Amino acid sequence: MADNAEILQGLSEIVEEVAGIETTEVTADKTFVDDLDIDSLSMVEIAVQAEDKFGVKIPDDQLAELKTVGDAVDYIAKHQ
Amino acid sequence: MTRLKLAPAAPGARILGLGSVQPDNVVTNDDLAQRMDTDDQWIRDRVGIQSRRIADADTKLVDLAAAAGELAVKDAGLTPTDVDTVIVASCTMPNPIPNAAAQTAYKIGMSAPAAFDLNAACAGFCYAMGTAADLVRAGSSRHVLVIGAEKLSDWLDWDDRSTAIIFADAAGATVVGPAVDEDAIGIGPVAWGSAGDMANAIEIRDDQGRSRAGGGLYQEGQAVFRWATTQVAPVALRAVELAGLTPADIDVFVPHQANLRIVEAVARRLQKKGARQDMVVADDIVHSGNTSSASIPMALDHLRAAGRTRSGDVVLLVGFGAGLSYAAQVVVLP
Repeated sequence: MADNAEILQGLSEIVEEVAGIETTEVTADKTFVDDLDIDSLSMVEIAVQAEDKFGVKIPDDQLAELKTVGDAVDYIAKHQ
Repeated sequence: MTRLKLAPAAPGARILGLGSVQPDNVVTNDDLAQRMDTDDQWIRDRVGIQSRRIADADTKLVDLAAAAGELAVKDAGLTPTDVDTVIVASCTMPNPIPNAAAQTAYKIGMSAPAAFDLNAACAGFCYAMGTAADLVRAGSSRHVLVIGAEKLSDWLDWDDRSTAIIFADAAGATVVGPAVDEDAIGIGPVAWGSAGDMANAIEIRDDQGRSRAGGGLYQEGQAVFRWATTQVAPVALRAVELAGLTPADIDVFVPHQANLRIVEAVARRLQKKGARQDMVVADDIVHSGNTSSASIPMALDHLRAAGRTRSGDVVLLVGFGAGLSYAAQVVVLP
């Protein structure tokens, strides 16, 4: 079980790989769409990799609710 | 007891020739932006397409199929009468009867070959290649003309910006024939399957949202994207394993040209599993759009014409799409 800091670190590495955004930019308060300029298809790629990495399921309808990086960290922490 | 004789079997099959055709009419993203709410950058970002070819109303699907088939037969150094079987992989015939294959064979000038259509949508070409290789190996056929031909423009809702920007028209073909010995085998075993539980994810719907002819092609983009980016790489890797190879042996990767981002995501997955960084990855979608069953043979033909592949290259093919259906195999370029 990863703690929130570890999830944030792991998630930021995935975001960097998928969207080319530096890990230091990926902080809990940032929104994926408006702040990080990540589109819906990249969100799917990020979700798929996060599922593999953290052993969670992030269905498309849940994915749409994850507005900020912090939302995603909380979701993963709760469901892992 | 009566014993039945079987046809003499061949050691295996190989590709003997390739060919492809596209309509002359180029449609750019800017052309589409004039008739629907979209723009060039949005299309490039989402699907990687810069332009596509759309056939005029007078060009029939079988015209494209015959033109591509004729080129492949010529490329194989054969004449049309040498071909004894024609398979047309297609999901966009204007009418289910008559089929495309018999008309296509007649147009090319073949003498009464076995001729049938195969509908596995965007996986159709790989399904047909697997079938053709087994027909040749079993001795049922000697030279099989495998054609992927589509006129998707007939089935698009030209007001639906989520699909009209993606799909296009084309035909691509190969000739499959016998390998003289085991060293000459150039088509590996097919890895194939389906996911009928997701049948509604890509379908022709009418304007009431019902699954039937008379409407437009619909797809649940996000669900299909997730499926393709997770489920296609394992199928491709299975084909590599069935051929007795490892991912590092693959020189060229030609997935169905569905969306450049799917192509790149699947290629990255293969590279994580040992495929080489210098593996050539087909990107024909950029100027051809998504042409369903035609995309793989056309990409092979275009890569060869551009000098990006060589005779003897080991190529991994994987088709995937409506059904949902998927199929992959390793082939050696003629």
